[in-house]
Amino acid sequence: MSEDLPTGVERRSFDGESRLATRGEPVYGEPTDEGWRLWDAGRSKLGAMVELGMDAGLAGGDTVLYLGAASGTTVSHVADFAAPTYAVEFAPRPVRDLVGVAEDRRNLFPLLKDARKPETYAHVVESDVDVVVQDVATRGQARVAVENARFLADDGRLVAAIKARSEDVTREPAAVFEDALAALEPTYEVVATERLEPYHEDHLGVVARPR
Amino acid sequence: MTDDTDRDPGGSGAGAAPNGWFEGDAAGGADRIREGRADAPADWPALAVESGFADDESDYYARLREATIGAAREAAAERERADDQQLVHAVRAMDDLDQRANELAERVAEWAGSRYPDAATGVDYARELAGRDPDSTVDERLVSLAQRVAGLADEADELRAFVERETPEVAPNLAAMAGPVLAARLISLAGGLDALAKKPAGTVQVLGAEDSLFAHLRGHAPSPKHGVIFTHEYVRGTRPGKRGSAARALAGKLTIAARVDRYSGERKPELDAELDERIAQIRGGEAE
Repeated sequence: MSEDLPTGVERRSFDGESRLATRGEPVYGEPTDEGWRLWDAGRSKLGAMVELGMDAGLAGGDTVLYLGAASGTTVSHVADFAAPTYAVEFAPRPVRDLVGVAEDRRNLFPLLKDARKPETYAHVVESDVDVVVQDVATRGQARVAVENARFLADDGRLVAAIKARSEDVTREPAAVFEDALAALEPTYEVVATERLEPYHEDHLGVVARPR
Repeated sequence: MTDDTDRDPGGSGAGAAPNGWFEGDAAGGADRIREGRADAPADWPALAVESGFADDESDYYARLREATIGAAREAAAERERADDQQLVHAVRAMDDLDQRANELAERVAEWAGSRYPDAATGVDYARELAGRDPDSTVDERLVSLAQRVAGLADEADELRAFVERETPEVAPNLAAMAGPVLAARLISLAGGLDALAKKPAGTVQVLGAEDSLFAHLRGHAPSPKHGVIFTHEYVRGTRPGKRGSAARALAGKLTIAARVDRYSGERKPELDAELDERIAQIRGGEAE
């Protein structure tokens, strides 16, 4: 397994097991060790991708646009090691928690916006971000990635977790993933894909760079 | 409903010079986060410093943080407050319209029966009649009445489409499991999503069956097995001997779905799958 962890992400021992951790204010009752918070790959798709050794293009200190931030579980870890982190979430209920997470961090900017309509937050999110992280549970996930390519720097990365069940619960996940990758193709060059089992069922981790 | 992102579909100001959230009225930062638009991002931190809005980059981010937190908090509170109550009004109005349209369609049918040998009944017949050319003063009144029926029925259809579109936004899991209209009815009967999420499954099971419930509590009737959830295929489509079990299982999962919608808001398709499995079990099971 490659161990090119972003600066600010470390392996620490929790209950005798070596696990990912970031440094910051605890958010959701996660275990901590000397200020390091356990980043549980089973609760975070990005965490699973890092755990599985995918190169997400995160170095530490990056500018990040995070789509589908939900209550802020994963984005709180991202903001621990990244620089400005823009967190987009469309459902009002989780945004309430996300705001709480942002209050404890200086570099996390919560946005109650629809990731399918980037023109509604392009006046806030800066250009040339290093990484777009995407974890949206809506149909049309590939289209969301394509629409948001406008924010990425030329050498930036899309890091997406595609959820098969959000596209079509009845179809074979492999077929759903194939369609999603094909839809990304004109806009992105896919550099790595990996199924996120055993951490997340029926999810495909995708790393891609803009064409 | 109050959807910040849809307020200005034309995209005012887009295409011209870059238009960051910090431009214009300095006091309205949070509002501009919520309502502004731009087609493309730009190097906002640098532009903000250049324009004098911020002293330096870290000052910019501090202001951005304050404005985004304020905007997200306000917008979330507004939408949470508003949306389920709008749905309650819409579904109640829809039911009122359906009921009135049916009542008046009966009146139209009765009247038409006295005049035309081919007269039929129902809203569909009223719609047909509404398209006719009246050739007497009596027909004028009858056709006009039929037009009112058609108008009421049209408005009910529009409201149904609205409910079908909006319920999944307000309660994604409940809408997926119950269907949007039944989900909206449950929210309406409870008085809101918050109230529904606080009800025990046994109460959700008999929502809409209050008359029989109170008859039962007065001691002269059996306890009702189901309320409005009877309209769900999983209850109605289950053979009578098993309907109580099906209603109980459905109400249990609907209650969980309402709580997930109220307290997390994230869609969980696995809930639907668990219910499907349980119903298959109940329908297949012979012993009990």
